[in-house]
This record gives sequence, structure tokens and C-alpha cells, in this order.
Amino acid sequence: MKAIPLSYIARNLWVRRVTTLLTAGGMALVVFVFATVLMMSEGIRATLVATGQADNMLVLRKGAGAEINSGVSRGQAAIIESLPGIATDGNGQRLVSKEPVVLNNLPKRSNGKPSNVTLRGTSPLALALRPQVRLIEGRMFRPGTSEIVTGRSIANGFIGTGLGETLRFAQRDWIVVGVFDSGRTGFDSEIWGDAEQMMAAFRRSAYSTIVFRLADQGALPALLAAIDADPRLQIDAKPEIQFYAEQSEALATFIRYLGLFLSLIFSIGAIVGAMITMFAAVAQRIGEIGTLRALGFRRTAVLIAFLAESLLLSLVGGLIGLAAAASMQSVDISTTNFQTFSELAFQFKFTARIAVQTLAFALFMGFVGGFIPAWRAARMKIVDCLREA
Amino acid sequence: MFVLKLLLKNAFRHRLRTLLTMVGLIVAVCAFGLLRTIIDAWYAGAEGTSSTRLVTRNAISLTFVLPLNYADRVRRVEGVTGVSWSNWFGGVYITERNFFPQFAVEPASYLALYPEYILPEAEKKAFLLDRQGAVVGRKLANQYGWKVGDQIPLRGTIFPGTWTFTLRGIWDGVDARTDEAQMLFHWKLLSENLRARGGQNADHVGVYIVGIDEPNNAPLISQRIDAQFKNSLAETLTETEKAFQLGFVSMSEAILVAVNAVSYVIIVIIMAVMANTMMMTARERLAEYATLKALGFPPAFVVKLLFGESLVIALGGGILGMLLTLPLAAAFAKAVGTLFPVFVVSDTTMLLQLAASVTVGAIAAAWPAWKMSRIDIVNGLRHVG
Amino acid sequence: MSVTGDGGAGQTLIRIRNLSKAYVRGEQFIPVLQGLDLDVRRAEFVALMGPSGSGKSTLLNLVAGIDKPSGGSIIVGGVDIATLSEGALADWRAAHVGFIFQFYNLMPVLTAFENVELPLLLTTLSRRERKAHVAAALDMVRLTDRVDHYPNELSGGQQQRVAIARALVTDPTLIVADEPTGDLDRVTGGEVLDLLDDLHRQLGKTIVMVTHDPKAAGRAERMVHLEKGVLVPDPAPGAV
Repeated sequence: MKAIPLSYIARNLWVRRVTTLLTAGGMALVVFVFATVLMMSEGIRATLVATGQADNMLVLRKGAGAEINSGVSRGQAAIIESLPGIATDGNGQRLVSKEPVVLNNLPKRSNGKPSNVTLRGTSPLALALRPQVRLIEGRMFRPGTSEIVTGRSIANGFIGTGLGETLRFAQRDWIVVGVFDSGRTGFDSEIWGDAEQMMAAFRRSAYSTIVFRLADQGALPALLAAIDADPRLQIDAKPEIQFYAEQSEALATFIRYLGLFLSLIFSIGAIVGAMITMFAAVAQRIGEIGTLRALGFRRTAVLIAFLAESLLLSLVGGLIGLAAAASMQSVDISTTNFQTFSELAFQFKFTARIAVQTLAFALFMGFVGGFIPAWRAARMKIVDCLREA
Repeated sequence: MFVLKLLLKNAFRHRLRTLLTMVGLIVAVCAFGLLRTIIDAWYAGAEGTSSTRLVTRNAISLTFVLPLNYADRVRRVEGVTGVSWSNWFGGVYITERNFFPQFAVEPASYLALYPEYILPEAEKKAFLLDRQGAVVGRKLANQYGWKVGDQIPLRGTIFPGTWTFTLRGIWDGVDARTDEAQMLFHWKLLSENLRARGGQNADHVGVYIVGIDEPNNAPLISQRIDAQFKNSLAETLTETEKAFQLGFVSMSEAILVAVNAVSYVIIVIIMAVMANTMMMTARERLAEYATLKALGFPPAFVVKLLFGESLVIALGGGILGMLLTLPLAAAFAKAVGTLFPVFVVSDTTMLLQLAASVTVGAIAAAWPAWKMSRIDIVNGLRHVG
Repeated sequence: MSVTGDGGAGQTLIRIRNLSKAYVRGEQFIPVLQGLDLDVRRAEFVALMGPSGSGKSTLLNLVAGIDKPSGGSIIVGGVDIATLSEGALADWRAAHVGFIFQFYNLMPVLTAFENVELPLLLTTLSRRERKAHVAAALDMVRLTDRVDHYPNELSGGQQQRVAIARALVTDPTLIVADEPTGDLDRVTGGEVLDLLDDLHRQLGKTIVMVTHDPKAAGRAERMVHLEKGVLVPDPAPGAV
């Protein structure tokens, strides 16, 4: 079947450019909300998924779910440390980090309002276990001292956490001797210090988490079997990647659903806008429709032409919205992850998948908004069109 | 009243377009109202607080506990009328999806500090006598269909094991702002369980709830309490119950700011749609407006016509949207259940909805009206053909 | 360019028999054409005349295949277009009919060139062939210097010439014209009629033209008068 040329469709949009822009602008806003929400959800997920290392295993008390709920006694820690299949570093030292994790309520630089920051006690081994972490300012804390290092996002966002500054908690002054960057992972939102010093200051006798590196993946089944077989080890051991992915689930899903719900409601507004515009376009061009039909273009060609006009309109809106959303990539955002109850910094993450979904959503709005007007245009009788023109 | 009649007639001349525009407005005004109500609901925890209650927590963060022996010392502070304590339990009812707060509290003193929880005397007595007992708010009981006497199993995340409680009472809130989505049980039960396991936190509590005699003295009393424990192992931080609740709200501030921004985005969207409608209307009526001017009507008359028509449509849609918000909010509150303990459309929200409709109507007409007031008669009339 | 094998001038191109058309408006039944018979020879130039409401435009629409009769047959080039499906009728129009309207009915967003090219998009011609056809058609209406102008940049007469170029570019057997000079002044109207004359004489097109202007009708070889949906006897061939 022969189609009405695209130039006819595009130029009609151009001729009514103010109307086109207003309609596309409305759609662009909807698309922007839609895309940024997906980007936010993706950003949270990407940040937390990247936090885990492929060969690392993370141990929590059975059923704890989150690090702050967990407790692993020193005795249990010693058993875990001696499990088979754990990798060693160049000096023959087993790559195991026994970490107390607590939350500290710190005021933000921006408004002084307090938020919970994850405080992790660890050892220099932590750097071997988490190669993505590198110091960008200062140096690593010295074991056995009240020195701490802070993640990039924390140093920027919270009072008293910059290099050279001091934090007071648990009856001690803690000096920030370094700022580290963990390559946009969850560690950027943490403060690290010496594990034993923290346990002493906080009067803790149990660790929260044990992290260790597997010598190779093949060692995993035997290791899990060993844990199961030991009644003293009431613990859950899971790959670090899986653990952090689970930590992102609730917040990412919440934001995603909230956003999709909002976009859906907003899209009604945008669809109505497209419908009004397309009804007006059809009404204005009744004579043209009649002429095209008289020349031999079929009803379907007319239907497709007007539908294409609406789709093109929505594509313009979609691209504007998408461009605006893409520009959000450089924006840092942080909020409390209500699964861990602590601050998490992340970025809007733009992916090809999001771009496709967003444009599909825009085109969907154009289709729904344009179909009834286009259907009406195609259903009119030629003689009626020519008479009304 | 000639102008008003003309306005109404004009507004509904293009019935389909006007209807569609109004549908858009209704959706937008509804969505705007719902989003604002969601934000309000977030703050509801802070709104429902009492100015005669303070909360004392560990200065480091809520995840740190306080020794039980602080209770006596707090009680002796001048201005304090009562002390109770609670621990966050963090249990899971069947699945993680069924989230609701559970607190282990010292029952008699806690209920005394929360007079807004209206509990029948018999149920209260039964609760106080049963260490395995629990009480819940009406909303929570309705959500899961619990009746007094039911067994409620919770799987502990912070405190391992499965805990089964007997429901002894259901409280009603004294007004709509009262939280009816919580569960309370005996702190002693938790403490004994911890002691049996040899846990170090057996004689520790999460927070102290402190009743005071005079709301104005809150800052002073807070300072007195915190001074008591300065330089101890567990330093305290005492704030009003409202400030304590706002602390939670501010943690989700980024999300709140986003929701708030988005609630205005929808108004901008509908403004674009409405402006488009008014522009089309103006373009179609070019000849009519030119005729009116030719007849001797001043340019201001044409402007008035367009503004009036735009406002008639915007207010029509806006008011319908406002009316629709109420049942929608009720349905939404029902659907999300205890996630938002309090979900009420406030007067402020309704005023904002009205203001938004008027603004949309006025701004949408601005540009077309300005253009129409400037058309010259000859050019306008030529459009008749 | 013949439709069927039935050859040259003098033969019947359009054979209308017992044609009737009625509209139903609410409860009312409004007959427009009743039992009409009419033959148009190949390469004939016929003017349809009559007062408004006589049914002349309806007859033209039926002959052009943009409306369906209530009864009777319209055989054009051996095909009874009254029996064609809607899609087939559209294809038939694209191949065999050229349209000229009173208000030109050009697409305002397309240039003169693109307007003329429009019906060629319904053919299988290549881009280059289309270009050549359009150029030839615009040459025929003497508008080669205005090809990239949009309709609103052209005068009424120029617009109608573009419309004529559009009507002849597909080399149709039949050209229908509905009041082609109705919106034009005397001089430009005359130029348009000259062009129709050329189409008829030089290219041998069959033209059916509705007009109420006796001067325009005078250019036709034959005048057909309609009154209240029936043909009335021709007063005098060629009379003004």
C-alpha cells in the first residue's frame, strides 16, 4: 500500500510549531520523570551491585539480613577464619576481614540535619579484599589508633568528616587521616576505622560481618558444607555481590514503583494533550484529507499518516525528555536506604535499556493520543471532507 | 451578565476539546493532591506527637542502646512526670512485605504516657497481666484481620527466633492523627529472652520516652537529662518527640524533595496542555474577535473573554479534580494499608489545588490573549474565508 | 493511455445507466439523482450545468468515484465502478482520474513540485521518472519557475495551474473539474480554461466539468443540464 509522504507529516508539525512544542513539552516532562526514576533505581542498584566483589563471601548471623542487625562472636569468627578454601595474600595471610558495623548519626553539611552513616571497623586487609577502594587524599588509618578514613561522599556531605577534621563519638576524638574513593560503590558512603579500636570504644564483643576471599569458586561447596556441619556456626554465608544486590532491592523497587505509578498518571495528562492537538490537526485538515483520498490514497494511508504525525510528535517530546534526563547523569544524590537504615550516595545511571524503554513509553503516549483522532480522520467520507473544506 | 453567558457558551463550543482538557485537569489536580497528601503522610508521625513527651536515645545513633538503670536517674530530673522505654523489635510477620513497627515497651508506664491510645479497660488489664500479650492499633488489626485472642507469630531479625504473641487488645486513636499501625508488647519478655541467651544487651533499652509537665520547658529538661550522662559510656541525646520523628523524615528527604518537585511537574504539564487548548481556541476565533473589535469593543474585552473562558475550564476541571481527590485518597489509603498510618487530605492541599487551577487557567490564556488584543481588524476579518 | 482495448475517439468512455443517488438524513429520504442515463465519449469535453441543488456535483463525484451510487451503473472504460470495493476504487482513481477543485485543494505544507508529485507516489515510478513527469506537467501549465514555492506564495491562478498539473501528471483518462474558475477573476479564469482546452485538444483528455458560469461552459463541446436530479434537454450545443 502506498503511504502519504513523511515530509507532509513532518512539515505539518513544523507549521504548528508552538502547538507542537507545547504538546511535545508536556510529553517531555512526563518522559523526564519516567526516565529519571528508572535512572535512579538503576543507579542505586548499580552502586550496590558494584560494591560486592566476585570472589568475596560475606557472613552474617543467621536471619539477620543486614549488617547492623548481625552479630558474629569472636569464637565463631575464629572458626570461620580457619575454614578451608580461603585465599591468602602474598605473605601467606588469610584474606579475612572481621568487621563491626555500627550506625553513627551525623549532621549533614548542607542543612545540619542528622542522618545515619555506616561506621565500619576493619583492618588494612580490607583494601586487599576491596580493590576498588583507593585513597584519594591523605593516607590509610594506622592499626591500633583512633584514626579513621572517610568515603568520598561522606567527606563531601557530612560535618567533621573531611581530611584533618575530627569526629567525636564513643568518648573519643577520631581524626580523619584519609579520604577514599571506591569507584561509585556503597563504600563511598562509609567511614572506616580500626576494628579492634571500634569494638573497644563501642563496648562490643561481637563482629557484625566477616568478609573473606575464596581461593577459587570450586572451593565454595565444601566451604558451605563445612559451615552447615558445624552447629556452632549459626550463620548465613553468601556471595558479597548477592548480599549487596539484596540490599538495593527494597529502595530501588520502591523508587521504581513510585515513579512508574506517577508516570502512568502523568501520561494521562500528556495523552490528553496529544489527543487535543491531533483532533485539532484533523479538524483543520479535513479538506486535505478529502483531497488525498480523492487522489487515490486509501483510508489506511490516512490513518497511518495521522498516527505517524502523533508518533512523531511524541518522539520529539521523548527525545527532549530523554536528553534532559541524560543530563542528570552528573548529579549526585543521596538518601537513606531503608533496608540498611543508613545513608547511601549514588548517581542517576543512564543505560541503553532505559533509553529504549523511555522512547517506547513516549511512543505509547503518542499512539494512544493519536489513534482516535487518526481513526476519525480515516473514517470520514471523501465527499463530506471536500464539502466541509 | 452577557459576558458570562458568552464565556460559558464559548467554553463548551468545542465540546470534545473542552472535555478532554478538563479530563487532563482533573487527573493533574488529583495527582497533585495525592502527592501532597503522600508527603503529608510522611510527616504524619511528627504531626501526631505530643509536646509533653521527650525521647532520649543513645547519642551515637538509634542502633545503640541505653542501660536500664538510666530510668531512675531520668525520673529524678526536675520537670519529668513519667518515664517509659521501648525497643525496636524489627520482626517479620509471615513475609518481609508485611511491614509494621513493633515495640517492646514497659506496658503500664508506656500506656500512661500515650493517653491518645484508647484501649478498653478490660483489654488493657488483660494485656498488662499477660507477658506473652500484645496490643495493636485498629488500623493494623483491620489490615490483617486480627481479633483479640489471636496468636501473632513474628520472626525476629534483630532478635533471633520466632516469637508468638497473644493479641490482648486493640486501641483506637483519639483522632485521625493518632498512629494505629503499631504493635506493642512486653519489654520484659524481650529482656528475659536475651538474658537466657546470655546476650549482653539484656538490661538495655532502645529509647526512653519521657513525660514532662510543661512543654515550654522541653529544651531545659532535655539539657538536664543529657547532662546527667555526659562523659558516661552511653551518652544520651534527648529531643522532643516531634524532633525525634522529624529525624526519620529528614532521612528520606531526597525522596520527599523529588516527590514534591514532581507534584509541581504535573501542574506544568497540564499548563502546557491548557495553553495549547487556549491557543487553538484563539486562533479559530480570530475572525470573531476581529468582528467584536470592529463593532467597537475595546481590546480589553477580547482579553477578558479569553481569560474568562480559560478560567471557566480550569476551575471546572480543578474543582471536579478536588472533589475526586477525596474518594481517591480514601481508596489509596486502603490499598497501602499500614504503610502510611495516617493518610488525610489536608485543607492546605485543597487550597493549593484551587490555587494551581487558577494559575493554570490564567497562565494558559496569557499569551493568546495578548496576541488577540493586538490583531488588527482587517487582518482578522480576512480569516473568515 | 487507453483504459481497455476499445480504441480511439468517438467511442464511449463513460456509460451511465439508470443512476440514482439518495441521502438519508434522519427519517428523511432525499433523492438527488433519479434514473439518470448519460454517455460521454472518449476525448470529449463535457460541461455539467444546473442550478445549485440540481445534483451536478453529486453526479461529478459519482463519475469520479469518490461517492457511491444508490442504484444503477457507471461504466468507465469498461469497468463498472459502482461495483468496485473501496480499496479498488481508490486504486482506480489513482490510475484513471485527475481532479481539479474550485479552491485548488493543494497541500499547504508541500511545494508546487511536491504537490504535483503527490499522485505519482501512488504509482510504481522511480524517483527519477517521477521528477521527469512532474517537470513535464509543470511545463505544460507554464509554471517551471515556481516549483519550490509553497501554495500560499502563489496567486490563485498559479495555484489552480499547479492543481491542473497535479491532475494531468499521472496521465489519467478522465479529468473531473468542479467549478475550476469559481474562485478566479475573469482573466485568470480564462487562462485556466485555455489550459483545459489544451488538455482536451492536444492530449485528448476526457474532461467532465461542473460549472455555473455559462462562459466557462461555452468552452466545452457539449453542455449537459441537470435540474432536480434529472437531465433536461440540451438547449443548443455550443450556445452561450
